[in-house]
Amino acid sequence: MTDLGPTGATAKNMDYPLNGWYVAGWDHEIGRKEITARTVAGRPLALYRTEDGRPVALADACWHRLAPLSMGQLVGADGIQCPYHGLRYNSAGRCTHMPAQETINPSAMVASYPVVERHRFIWVWPGDPTLADPSLIPDMHQMDSPDWAGDGRTIDVAANYQLVLDNLMDLTHEEFLHSSSIGQKELSSSDIDVTHDERTVTVTRYMEDIEAPPFWRKNMRDRFPDFEGRVDRWQIITFEMPSTICIDVGVAEAGTGALEGDRSRGVNGFVMNTITPVDRRRSLYFWAFMRNYCLDQQRITTQLRDGVHGVFAEDEEMLMAQQEAIEANPDHEFYNLNIDAGGMWVRRLIQAAVEAERMMEQGASSGDPVATPAEGARAVR
Amino acid sequence: MAGSVQARWQTGRVHAAAPAAEGIRRIEIELEQPVRVEPGAHVDLRIDSGDVRSYSLVGGSQDGRRITLGVNLSPTSRGGSRYMHSLEPGDILPVTFPLQNFPLRVGAPRYMLLAGGIGITALVGMASVLRRLGADYTLVFVGRTRERMAFLEELREAHGENLRLHIDDEGAPLSVPQLLDQVDPATELYMCGPIRLMDAVRREWLQRELPLPNLRYETFGSSGWFQAEEFLVRAPSWGVETVVGTGESLLDALERSGVEAMSDCRKGECGLCVLPVESLDGAIDHRDVFFSERQKQDDTTLCACVSRVARRKDPAAQADQGAPPSSSMPTITLDVH
Repeated sequence: MTDLGPTGATAKNMDYPLNGWYVAGWDHEIGRKEITARTVAGRPLALYRTEDGRPVALADACWHRLAPLSMGQLVGADGIQCPYHGLRYNSAGRCTHMPAQETINPSAMVASYPVVERHRFIWVWPGDPTLADPSLIPDMHQMDSPDWAGDGRTIDVAANYQLVLDNLMDLTHEEFLHSSSIGQKELSSSDIDVTHDERTVTVTRYMEDIEAPPFWRKNMRDRFPDFEGRVDRWQIITFEMPSTICIDVGVAEAGTGALEGDRSRGVNGFVMNTITPVDRRRSLYFWAFMRNYCLDQQRITTQLRDGVHGVFAEDEEMLMAQQEAIEANPDHEFYNLNIDAGGMWVRRLIQAAVEAERMMEQGASSGDPVATPAEGARAVR
Repeated sequence: MAGSVQARWQTGRVHAAAPAAEGIRRIEIELEQPVRVEPGAHVDLRIDSGDVRSYSLVGGSQDGRRITLGVNLSPTSRGGSRYMHSLEPGDILPVTFPLQNFPLRVGAPRYMLLAGGIGITALVGMASVLRRLGADYTLVFVGRTRERMAFLEELREAHGENLRLHIDDEGAPLSVPQLLDQVDPATELYMCGPIRLMDAVRREWLQRELPLPNLRYETFGSSGWFQAEEFLVRAPSWGVETVVGTGESLLDALERSGVEAMSDCRKGECGLCVLPVESLDGAIDHRDVFFSERQKQDDTTLCACVSRVARRKDPAAQADQGAPPSSSMPTITLDVH
């Protein structure tokens, strides 16, 4: 593990690294019917698919006068046309047509961001394209595996994305915020185990021999209609850079060995969460609830999706209120509790990535714009 | 990507300078502030005369504190390359943060990189990124003699089979048609080299109807079909008649004489400085990429920022040593409103 350096324990870090895969949308949202405008990590994008189905993410501003390309139209097999003066670009972002001239300015282009379609999502890399390695896309294989079923939604949250990460890395809040569905007092009375490496953080919590809260009692009865009694419950939260959290959750009949690995007398779900910073105070929160039992029952898929949607609406309300309070109290810092260990490791990994990028980008912002040289002939080599 | 076109300056200190080939020096410059070295980027340097020269970034250190350039000593140097070749470790000179006009697009199925002579400096960085990404690429390096080809050993070590050499005096000159036989419509070709080489590739590319956006080149707008020579420009509506020196552009000369002319890119790309030709005594050396071949043959307009007037029309005659120079200075009369 590299030395990540000290992190200010009270820092309210709101930034995001650019070198990472973020979800720009669900696979079904990006198509050829229309061009989708989305902002990912502060980068406005025009998203569409080529005729052969490949997703494309171009900077949403024409090279010429910055008109949004997302207001334009798709042309040819892979192109897009600016709505204002008709400049056309191919999927690589190269200009292929300019009005009123016989040639094309070779400098004319818009950024074409690396895009990968995987796990039912369209992933975009907003940073240095030469570092965009598809093997770094977070593992969300349950999303499109035949062994799992489920669905999810998107929440457009008026809050910084790290507040969402905080929320998911510490599920103690379920006891208070979600008391009618998944909350119970054992959440805050059981110990957590936190591990991390350079790209991931894992928080594990086991609760033995407890009453099943309403959400989980219902799930147990979907699979075992005669189920009665107490359960063992687990939550294994895994964060992966830059902003994906998959949570292995479930309960099993108490004492049947689920916490030791035999989950045959229980129900298992994966809460898939990937949070895209739009800017410092808004995020797109993509989630799904996947399960590995009763795979053929759409009723259960819909019930789980709607149930989790209800739970997450409680989170959304809190996150927005929290964001407002943060902005209303600019001089106040964060303080931390023992329960924040997972979230604090996440914050430290993110902070280290942001600072590493800032070191290299310094040149782009801190040069002296005043000291231009004397006018002189320009020649090369 | 499209953003870094405005120059910002900082102080550079020469860290090392050593020969990279006959007539070519590798110059390493230490920077006050770290920079990100993108493939295809260049820096501008202010030389002792106060003039500005652009050089491609051959590479940079991991921490962004040091950049490497390759500088060719031009036999017709107006001072730039001679000054650069005189630099010693410890010398201080102003240098811009990297500027980017020649970005590498990541994600093409195949790449062809074509370097002629000192043009290799613009492609070294691209080749190493493509190698790191595991891309399908070929680096074609063309030169007159092996001794004058920079960075040969390290390129061979880095790129092995992906490097192909064409050396004139070893009987292996480049055949442009054969080169383009290996290019399909999905291949992106990036080139930097003498205008004749780039022009030959562009013609063949157009003739084969390959997609024009896949042909990428850097134009700096400095090399033409003819050596730069002095010529006379007249702009009767402004009452201006002045000699354009070899170290300035036609546009510079007009502006120096008080003519207000519109312009932007100053490298022959945008077409804003186009002026109508009223009469001509000599040949226009069109050095822009704004006009099509057809428009260039018409000679009714020119891009004032890069194009020049030369004595002869036939470039072959230029090499003909015995040809007597015409006595009168080439002259162009422009209709500038």
